[in-house]
Amino acid sequence: MVVLYVVLPLALIFAGAAVAAFIWCARSGQFDDLTTPAQRILHDDDDER
Amino acid sequence: MTMTSTSSSAAREEVLCAHCHLPVPTGLIETDAEHQFCCHGCKTVFSIIHACHLDRYYAFRDRDLADAGQAAEPAKVTGKSYREFDDPTFLDLHASLLTNSEFGIQNSELRRTAFFLEGTHCAACVWLVEKLPNLLPGVSEARLDLGKSLLTVTWRQEAVALSRIGRMLDSLGYPPHPARSNTARSVRKLDDRRQMIRIGVAGACAGNTMLLAVALYAGMLSTMDPAYRLFFRWLSTAIGIVALAWPGSVFFRGAWAAIKTRTPHLDLPIALALGAGGIAGVYNTITNTGDIYFDSLSVLVFLLLVGRFLQHRQQTLADDSVELLFSLTPMTARRVMGIKNSELRIENDERIVSGAAPVARKRKLEEVPITALKVADVVEVLAGESVPVDGVVLEGSSSLDESLLTGESRARGISAGDVVHAGTVNLTSAVLVAVRATGEETRVGRLMRLVTQAARSKAPIVLLADRLAGWFLVVVLAIAAVVFFGWFLAGSKYAAEYTVAILIVACPCALGLATPLAVSVAIGRAARRGILIKGGETLERLAKPGLLLLDKTGTLTTGRISVVNWVGDESIKPLVLAIERHSTHPTARAMAEGLTNGEWRIENRANGDVQVADVVQCAEGGITGTVDGRAVVMGSRRFVRSRGMEIPGWADEEIGKQLAAGASPVVVAVEGAVRAVAACGDGLRPDAAVTLAELRTLGWRVEILSGDDPAIVQHVAGQLGIPAGDAKGGLLPEQKLVIVQSELQNGPVVMVGDGVNDAAALAAATVGIAVHGGAEASLSAASIYLNRPGLRAIVDCLRASRRTLAVIHRAMAASLAYNTFGVTLAALGLINPLVAAILMPISSLTVLSLAFGAKTFKNRE
Repeated sequence: MVVLYVVLPLALIFAGAAVAAFIWCARSGQFDDLTTPAQRILHDDDDER
Repeated sequence: MTMTSTSSSAAREEVLCAHCHLPVPTGLIETDAEHQFCCHGCKTVFSIIHACHLDRYYAFRDRDLADAGQAAEPAKVTGKSYREFDDPTFLDLHASLLTNSEFGIQNSELRRTAFFLEGTHCAACVWLVEKLPNLLPGVSEARLDLGKSLLTVTWRQEAVALSRIGRMLDSLGYPPHPARSNTARSVRKLDDRRQMIRIGVAGACAGNTMLLAVALYAGMLSTMDPAYRLFFRWLSTAIGIVALAWPGSVFFRGAWAAIKTRTPHLDLPIALALGAGGIAGVYNTITNTGDIYFDSLSVLVFLLLVGRFLQHRQQTLADDSVELLFSLTPMTARRVMGIKNSELRIENDERIVSGAAPVARKRKLEEVPITALKVADVVEVLAGESVPVDGVVLEGSSSLDESLLTGESRARGISAGDVVHAGTVNLTSAVLVAVRATGEETRVGRLMRLVTQAARSKAPIVLLADRLAGWFLVVVLAIAAVVFFGWFLAGSKYAAEYTVAILIVACPCALGLATPLAVSVAIGRAARRGILIKGGETLERLAKPGLLLLDKTGTLTTGRISVVNWVGDESIKPLVLAIERHSTHPTARAMAEGLTNGEWRIENRANGDVQVADVVQCAEGGITGTVDGRAVVMGSRRFVRSRGMEIPGWADEEIGKQLAAGASPVVVAVEGAVRAVAACGDGLRPDAAVTLAELRTLGWRVEILSGDDPAIVQHVAGQLGIPAGDAKGGLLPEQKLVIVQSELQNGPVVMVGDGVNDAAALAAATVGIAVHGGAEASLSAASIYLNRPGLRAIVDCLRASRRTLAVIHRAMAASLAYNTFGVTLAALGLINPLVAAILMPISSLTVLSLAFGAKTFKNRE
């Protein structure tokens, strides 16, 4: 079980990375609008002309 | 290619507009065209969409509409030029310059601005609007925020003019309106982001400490290697400290502010629990003795932040809707070019008379933002528009609806030399106005300063939860002291341990959630019923009955002149309608409108085809004409007499009655005999009487404050059963404010109004309610805005606030019960982190289900 001393901090580092990613997302404005992206995803992204 | 008449009429019924799928009026059907349209707007939109190969819009839209179970609406195209968008003042005010090469375009000026769009409602709108770069080369990006109806456009200034973008959006059926207060919005955006980040961090901390806590709790039951236990405790402490120091710092700052201002606040007991728990936890970890509570503490921080975020979100939704309404009010004026100051001879301070009589000359007009207008400019105000500035009429005559500014229900005739004020509405025909004052210096501007002052002088209320928190803190500290000394004197070495446990367990988590949850649920439900509530404390302020002051014009009454009475022959109504339709005089228009839609409308209009001829609008106050060969004369008593007709006794009596009631009687004579007396006036809203009765049963005292003529106010009061002493007329805005402020000494005062003249009173009152269709000023001053016509929403509001407060009370009682239970356990030394960790979420869940299960806005419509 000594492996816990390595794995647990590692898990926390992963969690920390996820939090950092979340903070980056929030700061870059990705959560500013919570309604429209849900609609936007319905459109195909091809350029016809 | 022959078509029988029957089949053509059958086909006619099936012709649907290619854009909105509504039936196309017969007159607009073009037999050889591929597509048919119900109106010009739909045609414009369709042709643009079609020409740009964006036809897939219809597939998207029809699917969205089918999902929502709604029908399409005709396109709204205003056809404005939007030339004011290119004004440098406008660009500086609304469009920010982008200097970085975010879009990889070098050496070009990119600008970005935000528009509120009318008419956006579904995913197809998002798709179409965001195709703007395809439609207009030079537009780099268009992003629509559907929730706020806010479009952010980025464009290359030298490639395409902003007015071009405005016209394109308009012709797609989304008239753009410049979004105001850019800075306020960006401040709020940053604030929202910070809140979001705090919740994210708190959530991550809470989740991870809970995982560690599970291991620790499991270790409590079985045996656990002390080395691992210590390791887990250290990790838990580390994460707990992050949670307290980063997202949790909000509560410490709040508590510190509360101490500085010496007002009780819920943050105080929360900060106490977090502080005591944190310090004891760190101490216990270092010394490796006793319990740590970091799992409970970080979950606490997370839950409280989520609760506050929900309330904040609901409130900003209401703010957004109000902001949207704001932006719909015009911000441009048409400045007349070529009329210079030298052409105006100023006789004295009060009158400016046009010199060279520029009547027939072709004028050049330019659309400019209202902010760019200067004194001595000349602006044109069309019929139906609101006057943008204070000024003097230079040319033209019209009648002016001043009800929003003064409360006066009758329109005032204006002609050259008359003073007009910003915020009034020009009713009948275009006039030229010489600018005397703009912006802050106008009458409206001065009233708005009064509003700011009134709002500032308003005493803040201490919310129930905060009042409770003050007592809570005292009680908890007292219990903690008793417990500490009790155990200490009893010789227990755990005295400090138990005391800390009390402080943590007594943390009012559920109490802190009760108000935000109940309030955000209520605000959300209210918004869906067309009641926009701007502040969380508004509902709490409304719960206790007090004095309810109502404005008359536009609030109790509709604010529009219409037919309020009809005495005499009903069968001649179609003749009257036929003639009045041919006139633009306000009374004629009111009659036409009243006979089409109002209370006195024509019941069965089966045979509407009549021949109208010889309609003459006479300056003496009347109109004559021939309908189906029958001569009709309508107008004032004097006018009808002057045409050689006798006024019978019954009509004379009726005219007197109507004049006393403040209405304008219109005598109708057909073929030389008086047949009916109609009365035009500002009618009561249909739901006014019922609403007032309900308000009284709810325990409110109802009074009228009006700027209109006292006699008219008394008449309205009589109709509604309000004692004469409680209906005050002829009040200036300042007097309304004084009345509200003096009444505030005796208890809560709710002011209901619609006009600029009510704004200061609205701001000063305990709660100000602005009714549907009111002025922008009242919108910003009031804390509740009714977004649907009628007064019934007021009753809904009052009932809902009562119910919301009941929910808050129940939730608070539940959370206090849990706290009492927990504190008792802790005082007896029976608590441990596991019990605390179970107790806390249960209490929060109870509060949650109470808040969401409550029927705050349910039982009516």
